Amino acid sequence: MALTLNTASEQNNLTQTPLLKIWVPWMGFNLNRRRGSSVPQFCNSPTVIVMVGLPARGKTYISKKLTRYLNWIGVPTKVFNVGQYRREAVKTYKNFEFFKPDNEEAMRIRKACASAALKDVAVYFSKENGQVAVFDATNTTRERRAVINSFAKERGYKVFFVESICDDPEIIAENIRQVKFGSPDYIDRDEDEAMEDFIKRIDCYKTSYLPIDDEKDRYLCSLRTIMMHSMILCISKFSLLFLLVSRNLSYIKIFDVGSRYLVNRVRDHIQSRIVYYLMNIHVTPRSIYLSRHGESELNLLGRIGGDSSLSPRGQKFASSLASFIRGQRIKDLKVWTSHMKRTIQTAEALGVQYEQWKALNEIDAGVCEELTYEEIQENFMEEFALRDQDKYRYRYPKGESYEDLVHRLEPVIMELERQENVLVICHQAVMRCLLAYFLDKPADELPYLRCPLHTVLKLTPVAYGCKVESFYLNIEAVNTHRERPKVSLLQFTCRMMHFHQGTTSLVLVQS
Amino acid sequence: MRGCCRPRNTRDNTALLIRLAEMKPTVSVGYREGNGNDPGAGMLDNEEFLFEGHPRELTQNPLQKIWMPHKNGHIAHRRVCMTNCPTLIVTVGLPARGKTYISKKLTRYLNWIGVATKEFNVGDYRRECLKIYKSFEFFRPDNEEGLKIRRHCATSALNDVCQYLSVEGGHVAVFDATNTTRERRNTIINFAEQNGFKVFFVESVCEDPDVIAENIVQVKLGNPDYKNCNPEEALEDFMKRIKCYESSYQPLDEDLDRNVSYIKIIDVGRQYLVNRVADHIQSRIVYYLMNIHITPRSIYLCRHGESDLNIKGRIGGDSGLSPRGKDFAKRLRNFIDEQKIKDLKVWTSQMKRTIQTAECLGVPYEQWKALNEIDAGVCEEMMYEEIQEHYPQEFAMRDQDKYRYRYPKGESYEDLVQRLEPVIMELERQENVLVICHQAVMRCLLAYFLDKTADELPYLKCPLHTVLKLTPIAYGCQVESMYLGVESVNTHRERPQNVTTQRSTEDALQTVPAHL
Repeated sequence: MALTLNTASEQNNLTQTPLLKIWVPWMGFNLNRRRGSSVPQFCNSPTVIVMVGLPARGKTYISKKLTRYLNWIGVPTKVFNVGQYRREAVKTYKNFEFFKPDNEEAMRIRKACASAALKDVAVYFSKENGQVAVFDATNTTRERRAVINSFAKERGYKVFFVESICDDPEIIAENIRQVKFGSPDYIDRDEDEAMEDFIKRIDCYKTSYLPIDDEKDRYLCSLRTIMMHSMILCISKFSLLFLLVSRNLSYIKIFDVGSRYLVNRVRDHIQSRIVYYLMNIHVTPRSIYLSRHGESELNLLGRIGGDSSLSPRGQKFASSLASFIRGQRIKDLKVWTSHMKRTIQTAEALGVQYEQWKALNEIDAGVCEELTYEEIQENFMEEFALRDQDKYRYRYPKGESYEDLVHRLEPVIMELERQENVLVICHQAVMRCLLAYFLDKPADELPYLRCPLHTVLKLTPVAYGCKVESFYLNIEAVNTHRERPKVSLLQFTCRMMHFHQGTTSLVLVQS
Repeated sequence: MRGCCRPRNTRDNTALLIRLAEMKPTVSVGYREGNGNDPGAGMLDNEEFLFEGHPRELTQNPLQKIWMPHKNGHIAHRRVCMTNCPTLIVTVGLPARGKTYISKKLTRYLNWIGVATKEFNVGDYRRECLKIYKSFEFFRPDNEEGLKIRRHCATSALNDVCQYLSVEGGHVAVFDATNTTRERRNTIINFAEQNGFKVFFVESVCEDPDVIAENIVQVKLGNPDYKNCNPEEALEDFMKRIKCYESSYQPLDEDLDRNVSYIKIIDVGRQYLVNRVADHIQSRIVYYLMNIHITPRSIYLCRHGESDLNIKGRIGGDSGLSPRGKDFAKRLRNFIDEQKIKDLKVWTSQMKRTIQTAECLGVPYEQWKALNEIDAGVCEEMMYEEIQEHYPQEFAMRDQDKYRYRYPKGESYEDLVQRLEPVIMELERQENVLVICHQAVMRCLLAYFLDKTADELPYLKCPLHTVLKLTPIAYGCQVESMYLGVESVNTHRERPQNVTTQRSTEDALQTVPAHL
């Protein structure tokens, strides 16, 4: 999949790409393919993740969360919420009657919405470089699942079902309160009315709901129904026959918000990662506190990286942090630091136990460690310019990129998902990566997120997102945030040309 | 204990959970000081942990370069802390369902990622107790004498588990037996509760007769019970032995066992049922078990061809291949062609020398940053002679504990293992793979497959221009070493006799291999 070489004689002429610092063969290479990724190709064919379950079973929560995670680890992913299509099609929602199985008019609309969403999935894969699409709808009938399955099969997509099963009325009611009252469907309703309507809406699905069953889902859905759908979706009858002899389904069933899981036929790396992720997330209320170390000696000097101690103001911050944390009265708070002196000094002031993670160490600036930006500009002008062009993917010579950092932080995120209240005392670049995960920021915004010194961010999961509270602890500190310089196109080109004379033409392909 | 990138390993004291708060006595069970050379470490010195209202001084420990609190000239006690209590993993299933395979493999994995783990095979206790195995009759449910012996064996195995987890500092014990009745499992649950251990059951369910027969042929016929039997006889006896368990077998039940933590593996990984994963280690175990497979395959490990820096006797760096290194790359291509490997995947690091080697193969390959050579920090591109000259203390410390020693601004072998964990996980998922990597990286990978300890790991022999073919067989791994006939420098530096920091230059350089 990655690359095939034309002739053996060209071998050994490798050039390092300036931005990513990856060795590539010199001749005629199309660098669009990311063969230098620090992980193997996630999936060779696109994957459709299909949600299954009654309303208010957390399908949208899982869809959004999983999408955020996959995008963060570098797998382009998008949610296709059929409810959204329905709200587009039918501007005003009256009541549950719309979802009654005998409402033919509504049935027609709902089917059309599902088809439209599927078509958009196909466009996302073929035109927009998507790798994973999360198809968020109830998909409670075998027919509907069979349609999706054959749609995917026809186009060579892999399908992975995620079914959420929950019969605890309290959890369901809580879910309705949390996310459904805020939904556009119930925007002007009073809560009791909305609750009642929604519960009736769930009942509309209950009669026809068939949980995934490996055997039965594989073999049948009435052929006639499929034929009908096949005309709408332009699926060939041939592929429908193919469906009848298809392989087992790949799926995970989540019971009672994660107390039990059934996992069937995990087929590839990405499915395995998805399963691991889904098995680690939980919905217990909690808060995550993110903070950088106190101001360090090197911060004061405007030097990046290094392993220096706290400045006097940094030490003051550490004491303030201690009172702040005491003031928050947090139950079972865990404190994590990096292996660097400045975070450990900060944690020491708290007087509580803490754990050191090497994975939380600041980005390794390689040859630029302990330099000021002025010195970098002076000694590594091209490097400095390259970094400004694509700060996320730029790798320091003998150091790391933000992208490398995200991979290094993945186990930290996984463990944060598992834990409850945690205070993470880390570093600017590290905090940006963590924050981007929680706030769903894209790669180009990530390296410019504002994470000032002496400011604690409190992240609390709410509904589908995360509430952020920022606490400045009132100890002054230097500013370490360097905005992306606004370079005019002309200057930019000049810099690039200068750059080319010295190195290689591969840069162009890259940028 | 939390493994990858987590500071909770048991064979080290990297895991720093610095406790200022008072420790609960139940939690202190199973604590151990990582390097074990501090006799006072087992005792709690509460004064050291009292918070005094101002930050303590930090000192960097010279071996692992870890910042630690410092008080009155003493380094405050740091200990590996298990916020989680020790874990008892209990296998469940009829004979020949791969329980021992899973136990051994899981034990190997956990030890490799730094979680001290030991397996306790009740069958071994029985063979110990009853030197000669006659026939399946021993296992019949109405064989009172047999039952008594078996119960006795299970009890002594559990006692040893207790010793291991409570006294010897083990973190995970794998209790490998059939445990097919709920009564037996309840006994174990009670035992664990009394001792403050968490229990996680691993049940293997399989009804496919072909898979079972294959398993018997693979591992049971070589078993001491059937040493002098002919294979048909052994197979027949073993099938009867399985029958003895079938009538009383109560699989883990979704309803009855809903409060128990377990994974049920159905048909060798077609399906998994996972219930109440209670903590980090259980989650890691589940992930691991869901990624392993038993499809026959081979993993090929080799280093890049000889590099320019290899010739000069310099470590690290990112140099190109020497002429002999390029020769090796070509030979490697022929070798791989001759092996006629189905769907071979080729992985390299992101360093020039491995990529140059892979380029010669003329097949697709993938680059992993995680496969990069150990980062020697300030010692990068130096000769051993120069390291001795500039950093004699560092050099000596490395010889004292090569696994845990971290280069200034660089990595340790231990760091490398954590970095390589995702590679191992993906290797488990894949089938035929050729990994073109580096000396230290190859040692770590090899240690995983061959179950080598942290002490042996940094001294494993991984010469240049030699391919190791690893093929899983029965419970282990068959290794074939193939030297491709292209000469190269030797880069293996044995542990010198004198590892003290006061040693002479001559002593320090005693084992440095010859170079330009």
